[in-house]
Amino acid sequence: MKTRRDVFQAIADPTRRAILLLIAAQAMTPNAIAEEFNSSRQAVSKHIQILTECELVKQEQKGREIYYHINAPKMNEVDKWIEKFRTILETQFNQLDKVLLTMKKNKK
Amino acid sequence: MKTSLLFDFNVDKAAKTVFVTREFNAGLSLVWDAFTKQEILDKWWAPKPYASKTKVMDFKVGGRRFYAMVSPDGQEFWSVQKYTSISPKTNFRMLNAFADKDEKPDLPGSDWDITFSEQNGITKVSIVIKNESLARMEKMIEMGFREGFSSCLQQMEDLLSTK
Repeated sequence: MKTRRDVFQAIADPTRRAILLLIAAQAMTPNAIAEEFNSSRQAVSKHIQILTECELVKQEQKGREIYYHINAPKMNEVDKWIEKFRTILETQFNQLDKVLLTMKKNKK
Repeated sequence: MKTSLLFDFNVDKAAKTVFVTREFNAGLSLVWDAFTKQEILDKWWAPKPYASKTKVMDFKVGGRRFYAMVSPDGQEFWSVQKYTSISPKTNFRMLNAFADKDEKPDLPGSDWDITFSEQNGITKVSIVIKNESLARMEKMIEMGFREGFSSCLQQMEDLLSTK
């Protein structure tokens, strides 16, 4: 079994996206985050746990309180991934252009 | 030549879906063949310097393509694509997953929905890719594709400039 979580899985859930938006503006305690949602504290805490496992969110101890804030480098990773995927497809298609050109010539 | 051809790439991160549209300067039949015939696929599917080597291909619903991307030093990275629906010269769908050399897939893999249409001799290919994962991409990068791209683009440029 793979236990490692996928970043895409993390952002696939609307509540988790809302949490990310909230803490993108400012670091927040778990209680303050939970107050923003209608769901139970436990449910919100589970979402935070998933975000933490994916390293999209980092926790920081300040005195007695734990604050959650966004892990920007990890968010950038998603964008880097997308850019690489785009490059692979672009490369494949440029190669296909050449192949099609040869096929058209051979047909004549 | 390729400057006027459309290449559109959009991502819905939340839905884990990638939308790709690309135009090709060729008729529908040729482009369809290029995506569905083993000998043509092997000419372009792998980004250079990798080579695509198809071991098995049975293009029919329930059939599959079992192929490897072969690195310049001979390392083989296997994948399997299972065809889940086919409407000739219009659309086909496949499940794409990495596999080991014995064809055991690394599931869940991603779902590719590919649609073809022709207008004025230009064929448009629209691809919707679902569930492509970061883990899968990490594997591709691990395979050294990053180095592959730049050299490929260079090759292309050289080729075009000599013509």
